[in-house]
Amino acid sequence: MSEIREVIIKTDKLATDKYQVNMGPQHPSTHGVLRLLVTLEGEKVLNVQPHSGYIHSGIEKMCEAISYPQIIHLTDRMDYLSAHMNNEAVALCVENALQVEVPDRVKYIRTIMDELARLASHQLWWCVFGMDLGALTTFFYGLRDREHILDIFEETCGARMTVSYSTPGGLMFDIHPNFQKRVKDFIKYFRTKLPEYDKLLSGNVILRERTEGIGHLSYKDAIDFGVTGPSGRASGFSCDVRKHNPYSAYPFVKFNEILDHRCDTLARYEVRILEMYESLNIIEQLIDNIPEGDYAVKMKGVLKLPEGEFYQRVETARGEFGVFIVSDGKKNPYRVKFRSPGFSNLFALNNMTKGHKIADLVAIMSTLDLIIPDIDR
Amino acid sequence: MDIYNFTTLTHNIHTGLAQSFAPWLATTIEWVIVGVAYLLFVALFGLFLVYAERKVCAAFQQRLGPMRVGKWGLLQTIADFIKLLMKELIMPRKADWFLYNLAPFIVIIASFLAIAALPFAPGLQSMDFDIGVFYLTAVSSVGVIGILLAGWSSNNKYSLIGAMRSGAQILSYELSVSLSLLTMVVFAGTMQFSAIVEGQRDAWFIFSGHIPAIIAFVVFLIAGTAETNRGPFDLAEAESELVAGFHTEYSGIKFAMFFLAEYINLFIISAVAATVFLGGWMPLHFGNLESFNHVMDFIPPVIWFFGKVLFVIFVIMWFKWTFPRLRVDQILTLEWKYLLPINLVNILLMALVVLTKFHF
Amino acid sequence: MKSFIEYIVSIFKGVWTLLVGMKVTAKYFFTPWNNVTQQYPENRDTLVMFDRFRGEVIMPHTENNEHLCTGCGICELNCPNGSIEIISKSIITPEGKKKRIIDQHIYHLGMCTLCNLCVKACPTGAIVMGQKFEHAVWDRALLTKVLNQPGSKIAEGVKE
Ligand code: SF4
Ligand code: SF4
Repeated sequence: MSEIREVIIKTDKLATDKYQVNMGPQHPSTHGVLRLLVTLEGEKVLNVQPHSGYIHSGIEKMCEAISYPQIIHLTDRMDYLSAHMNNEAVALCVENALQVEVPDRVKYIRTIMDELARLASHQLWWCVFGMDLGALTTFFYGLRDREHILDIFEETCGARMTVSYSTPGGLMFDIHPNFQKRVKDFIKYFRTKLPEYDKLLSGNVILRERTEGIGHLSYKDAIDFGVTGPSGRASGFSCDVRKHNPYSAYPFVKFNEILDHRCDTLARYEVRILEMYESLNIIEQLIDNIPEGDYAVKMKGVLKLPEGEFYQRVETARGEFGVFIVSDGKKNPYRVKFRSPGFSNLFALNNMTKGHKIADLVAIMSTLDLIIPDIDR
Repeated sequence: MDIYNFTTLTHNIHTGLAQSFAPWLATTIEWVIVGVAYLLFVALFGLFLVYAERKVCAAFQQRLGPMRVGKWGLLQTIADFIKLLMKELIMPRKADWFLYNLAPFIVIIASFLAIAALPFAPGLQSMDFDIGVFYLTAVSSVGVIGILLAGWSSNNKYSLIGAMRSGAQILSYELSVSLSLLTMVVFAGTMQFSAIVEGQRDAWFIFSGHIPAIIAFVVFLIAGTAETNRGPFDLAEAESELVAGFHTEYSGIKFAMFFLAEYINLFIISAVAATVFLGGWMPLHFGNLESFNHVMDFIPPVIWFFGKVLFVIFVIMWFKWTFPRLRVDQILTLEWKYLLPINLVNILLMALVVLTKFHF
Repeated sequence: MKSFIEYIVSIFKGVWTLLVGMKVTAKYFFTPWNNVTQQYPENRDTLVMFDRFRGEVIMPHTENNEHLCTGCGICELNCPNGSIEIISKSIITPEGKKKRIIDQHIYHLGMCTLCNLCVKACPTGAIVMGQKFEHAVWDRALLTKVLNQPGSKIAEGVKE
């Protein structure tokens, strides 16, 4: 105290100092247990240092001890909002390694499920984004609509979030007889609700003021940091795996890759909103055309991948998710590495928040759509 | 409508007490009665407001809200309050003991001071100052000292940021609140609350003052919301940024005091809006619709007053549950670049209206 | 002058967007019959789970206390986290042959991730997923269950 007083006396000015705040691991806006060591000067953010690992669960290591079909249920628990895509990534990787061709029916259903999961994830992101900005009502509207998708999942897959629906060789079950009707009902319902999202939040002058020009992530930085998914596409980085490396039924459908060159928080917001429309379009193209056939090919009881390295990437709701399997020919993988989008996206945070306010830090973090178990694995 | 007038009742009580006790004792007893009455009112109305907020917010969010304790969850807030009373009081080790404990009291005393000047019904007002508006704006800004103290003494960075934000915010918005009230003072020609209400016997100010009054009303609503630290201006406790802002470190009954003070402030702002713009306890009168006016007179003034207050409270809650929060610099921009110029122009406009007698 | 007009227009535009948002919330406020939440423990009786819902692993028994489990242990092998333990015993069949049958099919609900692999792998379909989802207990030991009921035996004609 006395030092500060001396400084005040000497310089005749108010002494100011930088200070550090730990945001997290317990903090309302870190959506889990992420810890950010934030250096502040007043309200201004000078430096953000993410510390991850608080919910590290050793999934990659666990995978080395279990067989390939068993890995699936662990991938549910990484990015739990993109559980379908994660399941599918492992399933595709194993299928490619074994050179199994799954029936078209499986591809269609997987794609529909992917898009439903993407919708559900974006809905949740939307409501949490609203909440981070202080609009608490969006939270319930988003969850309300997400509930319809989770019901569809529950009816067909038996679980709402940790679905474990794709397995190597196909699907766990065939779709439920009600599936198509329910999905169509949902699309009809959600097409009336999505414009409401725009009315309530997107058009809102407060939201636009708070997001426009905030959290600039340039095209170059997006590539340098490996920011993928909607966050990367909002910086003009065309990185949609569904477009560039189509898998499952994506080659059969027409859809646009949403790109935005404004690079700011608003762009990331709008890319996700537009992606929701796009997902609805994709599902509409597929839902009536699900071909007849088997829902899985008969696989051997014990799957052994040939020796070698296999990589498969898919587009989850957060970006590019990659599975890298090193096999030594046994029934367990030798090494599994997941390239999770959240990890790369998180580390662009420091670059984006420099010089902004604390409130912007929260908004920017929210538009990166981080899922902490996805980062820590 | 003298049956609803409380003047005789209070007068009778006063004379009764004065006859049976020594003057100093009579005055003391009156003080106690008034004090207890206000305390009871504030506690009950505060609890009711918390309940109402939860129900209103639930309805906005397509939920049911509290449903378990009592019919329709009516006793929920009482249960919560008892829970808060019984909670442990935790104090950070390096907190400033004196200021830390003082802060909640300052906040709540400021709210009590402000509430004293409000006329609830004819005769139901404890202090009828001739500078009522001035007094109210003065004491309602004392609360910020409590908030600043709370934030500073908790020895928590989040609290400190919250307190500083709150200081900047309330200092600025105090200006708008006062200026928009000043507009109406210009119109009413008095600062006395009872006279202001009396002046709206024929038409509420928001109708008779037309455009400038409506502008002043809107500005007052916005600035008032900011004064009470409620969303979309709840930066001081911005949950997603600062955990709980200035009251992060408070628990138990001290937290309850902050909580209660927030709702009393909400009530005060709404009550002032209702009194100055919507006619206070005056029933709705239209110029020459005699029979209509007569019917309206049958509704007691207290109901009119609380009806209007609840309406304004609902609008403010509606704001909170719809809008995202502003950023700290935007809050200041809004005040200094938008509300203040609008307000100044509006006062001129109002002065013109009053001079040219271009009002109803 | 131009910027002044822009200033005024921006105020009105801003207020308009706010009003649009308020209209959305008002719509829901005044239609409370569209509320989406349910009062959960009260509606237990009417709450129906989807038939595929994975709540726990159960072993259905017939009224004669017979089940389909042969004690082969495939489910145990397929379980990724060791939630199933098969304890088998040897008996002498009436024909005088030695045979291994299930003694205890131990299931640790506390460890199970409800991945459905055991159900899928079981060759006789002896175990299925149950729809019960309220598993909270006071003692962790209660989460360890023996799926085959005491005194139960394998149904006639189950292939091994
Ligand atoms: S559901 Fe999965 S985790 Fe549970 S017992 Fe079966 S195989 Fe094991
Ligand atoms: S439940 Fe099925 S897989 Fe498991 S031991 Fe019994 S028969 Fe074998």
